[in-house]
Amino acid sequence: MTTEAKTQSKPKLAVWKFASCDGCQLSMLDLEDELLAITGAIEIAYFPEATRSVVEGPYDLSLVEGSITTPHDAERIQQIRADSARLVTIGACATAGGIQSLRNFRDVKEFTSVVYASPQYIDTLRTSTPISDHVKVDFELRGCPINKRQLLEVITAYVANRKPAVPTTSVCIECKRRGTVCVMVANGTPCLGPITQAGCGAICPAYNRGCYGCYGPSEQPNLPSISAAWLELGASRQEVVRAYRTFNAAAPELAEESERIASE
Amino acid sequence: MQEATASQVSLTARHIDGLIEALREDGYTVVGPTVADSAIVYDEIASTADLPEGWTDMQQPGKYRLSRRDDRALFGYAVGPHSWKKYLFPSSLKLWSTERAEDGALKIEAGPEEVPKYAFIGVRGCEMAAIRVQDRVFAGGRHHDSDYMTRRESAFIVAVNCGQAAETCFCTSMGTGPAVESGYDIALTELLDEAEPRYVAEAETSIGAAYLQRLGAADATAQDAEAAQQVVEKTVASITKELDTDGIKEMLYGSREDNRWDDVASRCLSCTNCTMVCPTCFCHSVTETSDLQMSSFEHTRQWDSCFSMEFTYVAGGVVRDTTRSRYRQWLTHKLGSWIDQFGTSGCVGCGRCIAWCPVGIDITEEAAALRKSHESSPKEVEDAT
Ligand code: SF4
Ligand code: SF4
Ligand code: SF4
Ligand code: SF4
Repeated sequence: MTTEAKTQSKPKLAVWKFASCDGCQLSMLDLEDELLAITGAIEIAYFPEATRSVVEGPYDLSLVEGSITTPHDAERIQQIRADSARLVTIGACATAGGIQSLRNFRDVKEFTSVVYASPQYIDTLRTSTPISDHVKVDFELRGCPINKRQLLEVITAYVANRKPAVPTTSVCIECKRRGTVCVMVANGTPCLGPITQAGCGAICPAYNRGCYGCYGPSEQPNLPSISAAWLELGASRQEVVRAYRTFNAAAPELAEESERIASE
Repeated sequence: MQEATASQVSLTARHIDGLIEALREDGYTVVGPTVADSAIVYDEIASTADLPEGWTDMQQPGKYRLSRRDDRALFGYAVGPHSWKKYLFPSSLKLWSTERAEDGALKIEAGPEEVPKYAFIGVRGCEMAAIRVQDRVFAGGRHHDSDYMTRRESAFIVAVNCGQAAETCFCTSMGTGPAVESGYDIALTELLDEAEPRYVAEAETSIGAAYLQRLGAADATAQDAEAAQQVVEKTVASITKELDTDGIKEMLYGSREDNRWDDVASRCLSCTNCTMVCPTCFCHSVTETSDLQMSSFEHTRQWDSCFSMEFTYVAGGVVRDTTRSRYRQWLTHKLGSWIDQFGTSGCVGCGRCIAWCPVGIDITEEAAALRKSHESSPKEVEDAT
């Protein structure tokens, strides 16, 4: 095989940004030791955060960061989907609306009128929504930000044409595997670990903090039960609502439970 | 027993330091209880200074708190979130790996690096029983887990007869404690009637006896031997939690459709904590990972749980796709079908799953509720398989 042919056969990767902080894209650049291997296995065709050179689509794999918050973005994602063989969302914004989906619970017009001197120039949607509300998504990689190891696993799995080994169980399983003492049981510190998807390696409990829920709801989360446990530990209703309304506020399970607690 | 037997000797904390030192000199990695992050956990120790001197624990469903004792007891608490399975059956273990050379040839490398030779200090009756249960699981059948066997066979065990139980303990119902039954090298009973704690020690194995001899301790007096007996009796009397094991397997097999499963499922988070802390739970999964070039591959075994939905994934879908079915699996296996599978209950009554459940689900309460409902409407006993 000639070098030319080899380059031709490499899958083309594109990285797209919507409403987000860029942190998830940075996780990719954080893969310093693996970047050479990545560029050896795939062609980085579109990644403005890393390179100005642009290779035209279609793309074999698109990584999408950020949520949909403007009419323009709602159109743009359609084109990206059409240009991509596989589309993977990266991070809480793209997967569950992000922190900016707090607007979903309020009147966004009221916000813009307070924040901006000339609100008439703001062309924004009433809600911040995950990519999957707009187009078909092949895989959702959770986290705020994503774990770079998991990102590498998703890319590797794509290259090998297999399912990514990304668990959907709770943070507690990682917490216990690393031998951390449960902060909820031993200190009475409210923790979202039991209803949050694993992936981070249970970082916060290892530093004596409750889990903040960066990876969004785990498979079949029992929210009424964890809410009751938080309230029993002395958390106020407002604190419970706030805990659910962070990076994954628009995840349907969290949104519904936060509404339920807020209205009680 | 009133009389001191020749094998019972009387030790002080200094002797225990001597024992730890001797074990370390002989190449053992000595692990034992120590205070870290608001709990008594198991970790490597260098001397009795690392033990939780003067500490105790308060345990309730979903709650664990450390507090000070008014004496200098080294073993004045019950079991914490860790169990010895973390050393015999590590939470993550590389089984083997493969490298693909330039010419395409595969080179396979055997997994676990050299296994340390462990000495466990402070193994309780329930924990000794749990190790015996895992012995059946990993080394009792036709197929042996060689990593487990290596770790287990080289382990030196210093057991402790409990002088204090937690509210969550129910070893008396399971016949596993508070006295250690068998399987240890040395067993200690802590006497706290004087300012300086004393230990009545006895050896079960010749290697244990040899270590005791090296310490050069005096034989235990008849009074101390008697006092040691009373320590255990007092602990027995203090245990309040109960599990009625009479016909429990049949009771559970007949309760498959009980409404109690819905009730517990409304509280259960399916978080896996109970299975992670349980000293007999052995479920694990093996994942294979590769690098981007598809040139090196690693097979890793890690603790998994029947509370994970993925864990029951087979071709075609997930077998236990509700919390109800997963909790039912856990309780029915632990207390019932384990007996068919391994000839023993899967529960040793340590109470860990009760204390470390974030929402305080109590296995003894669930079993009692199922029994009550079963007895009020007896169903036909069916085979669970
Ligand atoms: S600290 Fe949080 S994540 Fe860890 S076991 Fe407890 S509840 Fe689960
Ligand atoms: S269950 Fe029994 S043997 Fe185990 S720690 Fe409690 S009292 Fe000791
Ligand atoms: S089921 Fe609970 S009480 Fe029984 S051995 Fe396991 S953790 Fe201990
Ligand atoms: S019983 Fe408790 S510890 Fe076990 S999975 Fe349910 S909530 Fe978690």
